[in-house]
Amino acid sequence: MHSALQALGVQAQHIEVVWRTMLWVCGVMYVLVIAFLIFAVSRHRRASDSVEPQNDSSQVRRMSIALGSWIGLMTIGLFGLALTSFLTDRALVHAADTPQVTLKITAHQWWWQVEYTDPDPSRRVRTANEIHLPAGAPVHLELASDDVIHSFWVPNLHGKRDMIPGRPAQFRLQPLRAGLYRGQCAEFCGLQHAHMALDVIVESPQDFAAWYERQLANPPAVTEARATRGHEVFMTSACNLCHAIAGTDASASVGPDLSHFAGRRTIAAGTLPNDPDNLRRWLENPQRVKPGNRMPVVTLERDDIDALVAYLGTLR
Amino acid sequence: MSARDDTHERPLQFAGDLSHLPAHGHSHRSLTWWGMMGLICVEGTALALAVVAYLYLSGHETAWPPHRLLPSASWGTAFTIIVLLSFGPNLLLNRRAEQEQLGPVRVWLVVMTVVGFLLVAIRSFEFAAMHVVWSDSAYGSIVITLLGLHTVHLVTDLYDTAVLTVLMFTRHANSGRRFVDVAENAIYWNFVIYVWLPIYVLLYFAPRWL
Amino acid sequence: MSVRDPSLDGEWLDEATTHARLEKTWSAAPGLWGWLTTLDHKRIGVRYIVTAFVFFALAGLLAFVMRLQLARAENHLVGPDLYNQLFTMHGSTMMFLFAVPIMEAIAVYLVPLMVGTRAIAFPRLLAFSYWIYLFGGMMLWIAFLLNVGPDAGWFAYTPLSGPQYSPGKRVDIWAQMITYTELSGIAVAICVIGTILKQRAPGMALNRMPLFVWAMLVMSFMVLFAMPSVMIASTFLIMDRLVGTHFYNPAEGGDSLLWQHLFWFFGHPEVYIIFIPALGMVSSIVATFARRPVFAYPLMVLALLATGLFAFGLWVHHMFATGLPRLGNSFYTAASMVISIPTGIQIFSWIATMWLGRPRFTTPLLFVVGFIVVFVVGGLTGVMLASVPLDLQLHDTYFVVGHFHYVLIGGAVFPLLGAVYYWFPKVTGRLLDERLGKLNFWLLFVGFNITFLPMHYLGLAGMPRRIYTYSAGLGWDGLNLLETGGAVLIALSMLLLAFNVVKSARGGAMAGANPWNADTLEWATPSPPPTFNFNHIPLATGSHPLWDAERLQVMRGLKLDERELVLTSVLDARPDLREPSVPPSIWPLLAAIAVGTMFLTSIFTPWAVVVGMVPIAITLTAWFWPKGRPEEEGER
Repeated sequence: MHSALQALGVQAQHIEVVWRTMLWVCGVMYVLVIAFLIFAVSRHRRASDSVEPQNDSSQVRRMSIALGSWIGLMTIGLFGLALTSFLTDRALVHAADTPQVTLKITAHQWWWQVEYTDPDPSRRVRTANEIHLPAGAPVHLELASDDVIHSFWVPNLHGKRDMIPGRPAQFRLQPLRAGLYRGQCAEFCGLQHAHMALDVIVESPQDFAAWYERQLANPPAVTEARATRGHEVFMTSACNLCHAIAGTDASASVGPDLSHFAGRRTIAAGTLPNDPDNLRRWLENPQRVKPGNRMPVVTLERDDIDALVAYLGTLR
Repeated sequence: MSARDDTHERPLQFAGDLSHLPAHGHSHRSLTWWGMMGLICVEGTALALAVVAYLYLSGHETAWPPHRLLPSASWGTAFTIIVLLSFGPNLLLNRRAEQEQLGPVRVWLVVMTVVGFLLVAIRSFEFAAMHVVWSDSAYGSIVITLLGLHTVHLVTDLYDTAVLTVLMFTRHANSGRRFVDVAENAIYWNFVIYVWLPIYVLLYFAPRWL
Repeated sequence: MSVRDPSLDGEWLDEATTHARLEKTWSAAPGLWGWLTTLDHKRIGVRYIVTAFVFFALAGLLAFVMRLQLARAENHLVGPDLYNQLFTMHGSTMMFLFAVPIMEAIAVYLVPLMVGTRAIAFPRLLAFSYWIYLFGGMMLWIAFLLNVGPDAGWFAYTPLSGPQYSPGKRVDIWAQMITYTELSGIAVAICVIGTILKQRAPGMALNRMPLFVWAMLVMSFMVLFAMPSVMIASTFLIMDRLVGTHFYNPAEGGDSLLWQHLFWFFGHPEVYIIFIPALGMVSSIVATFARRPVFAYPLMVLALLATGLFAFGLWVHHMFATGLPRLGNSFYTAASMVISIPTGIQIFSWIATMWLGRPRFTTPLLFVVGFIVVFVVGGLTGVMLASVPLDLQLHDTYFVVGHFHYVLIGGAVFPLLGAVYYWFPKVTGRLLDERLGKLNFWLLFVGFNITFLPMHYLGLAGMPRRIYTYSAGLGWDGLNLLETGGAVLIALSMLLLAFNVVKSARGGAMAGANPWNADTLEWATPSPPPTFNFNHIPLATGSHPLWDAERLQVMRGLKLDERELVLTSVLDARPDLREPSVPPSIWPLLAAIAVGTMFLTSIFTPWAVVVGMVPIAITLTAWFWPKGRPEEEGER
């Protein structure tokens, strides 16, 4: 789901109140203006070529009173709308006071780096392009950018927050219902701004805890032959120069962490669904799938690519 | 006049006479004055925004200037004193121009041109006295740029004044419009002076106070 | 009555001879030299208008390609690099090369006529400004065609537009284009202000000035205070990119938000700079076709002044998602809502004028009605965007794209097209075809709404801006296709306009001086007006010179064989001075070449600034150096 019109988070629901109020008040104002216009143009008067003599003073007086009323109406309407806006603003500040989960998201040109923070360093989860959240619980996010300005936006849950290099931001969310949501970068950030999406999986607290434990664990040992070959390719070609996989020597953080890649729904920040065929396409030529992205084309043998696909498929 | 012709379709009634009006006027009566004021609005806004940018950037640093290298104020103070002193000759130049007295106007124009050259010379030392280059930091960037913006105004005003000085020694000098030009140029010099004062305080003293 | 003096204009000479002698004095040389040296505000105004419409067509073409790309999900018509250039060029061309120049151009053409003077103030500055505008626009488009076009958006946020993330010359070209167009805009504003404050016809006190002139005055002052901000911003950017400064570099104490503040401090007034002249046009059209002065003139003037002033206090509403302090944001919410009140007053007033009058629904008035229907939607979505929490959802989505097209096309283009149909007869002497005009209007009205109304829904449904494509299955496909269909109608309506213009310029019905029986002074001259505008300077005895009396009151006493006009006092327009008007000159063009060359070459080396000062100094000195002609001097 990806829409502000289905508010499934505390903050988004507050905002929806503003939207509905605005729609009604502005709608009424518009109808009044158009009604006035229709009456004005359809009064039965023959157009003449001579100059209209001055209207009698009572007509002008009535029109002046109408104008005064209109100014009053606009003022009252705007005051009401401003009040709604300010009250919602306050509600947003006070919502989600005690976070139960804390995340740090760093935006890069065209992918999301995710780290679940914890005072105990051994309980920190690193992943990319996907976040899991427990339903009903307040969440605290620290949003930062490594390069240009990006913007974090999950419309079903909240408005957006720009991620500005040099100015880390604090953000709060409180999803209400389990489900599969989507976020997308909302500040033009270069060539692949269009392909910088984020999967947001909201699940029951138990499911979230289970997922968290799985993320903490290393990926299962590789036994199958092709996958073992894939691991070898990963460690000997360019892959491990940018990508980390927990439990191996690969620990670079230039590109997304791939430790539990197989559990993700999409490849390349929402660009393609995560299945073996798409993965193969991506590995063969990432530039053709997402032109301009930071992953270079690494020429590999067909078999090696198949092996890599198999290996990546074991990273649960 | 004919009742119907190609140039006017509407009959006319002559109601007033313009022939006795003078052909030039000083201060806000002249168009040049308004053009000068427009220019001052534009340049003033640009400088004001640069000052705001300075204050904005200073709020980002714990130490200002970063690296703690304060600018030396001697050349800047010398500049400020001389520029304030030039207010007097400039005022006299403006008055004599409005009174359209060619002799005194020539004298004070020469004085202002010499003063302008002196100030430009002093200004060139001020850049080094900032003890920073624009590629060092945001502080360096805004400080040198602010000083540079004011210098552009200084240099262009000097050029204008020099050209007018030469002009007032030629055959074109003895004309009412020339005197208006001289008076308007003096107004621009006032702008250059006034706008320097807050920038001087900002560049040399804000780092000591902030 | 003064002594009859055949060297001066007066009742002692018949109008035909007066006209002939004035034409001889005021006209430029024939042929190419005359075209290059003319200082006639009408010829320069037409140049500006034609050039601006060419840019409008080019930018519209780019938008059409964008719509083709977005018609389907994951389309491959245009790749990300070209698409980013397309939307950058579309926005930059529309905002910098079309919207502001066309409004200034119409002011340049009409204001001297409407205030009853013979020429615009500072005519050489006007000529200079046109060439600078043309050179800047050409630089941008030639760069685009050479694949060096900018690609960081018309708003060019740092650090994306900075040296690290946009290497090469693309953004440099964009930043320098700003310098050209803003210099040009400021120059024109000074000309318009000078004309309105000092050259109004005797008797045209400020409270008798047409609302159109008030609008152009407010717009011009706004230009003086807004454009320096973007010039400073783009200069800082070009310095960061070319000489290693750190204004926007957070690693060395700079701040990306500084760019946003400086840009939007200009950017918000910019849209009102575009909008306010349109309000002036609407007032002119409504008064003429309702056969009645606009209702509540003093309130209308105050509304224009208030809008122009408040526009400078709103800019942070473009930055609500950046995390600025809440209390500050609230102020900008309130200000952004309050500014709709003066505009709301104006909308009421125009409708009231039609109510109290006898409206005749010609094409210009039809465009005004269209303006009201479309613009008010945009104004109301603007009120929605003013709310910080709601803006956090809507910012940077297609909702905003819908909003600003409703206010810009509804609020500026509709009145502009009405103005074209209204004043075309004055400029060319011929009327545009009415039936084609009405078809033009309906095609645009329908096509526009089909294209831009669904965008509001798409934004709420999660579609961000500035994306070259989108995934299938998000529910955006159908509406995007519909919007592309609407774009076809818009294109057709514009082609129809072009056809109407070309057809009517040669073969349209002859217009005469005042085909609409309007009340303002530009209709007291022949169509098209002679170089010198009026045989005799008018005397304005009321607010509606052509409606107040059968005879036009005029002044006598200006020279016939020298270029002369009259300066009046600022508030009451009492005649004050006779002002010589400069003859045609080549120096504005030469100075523009010097300045333009310096701007262009400075992108490649900073030393160009220093070296370039020499030809600039030479051409400007020659420009101002007196030529020794007695008529340029005044008596002592």
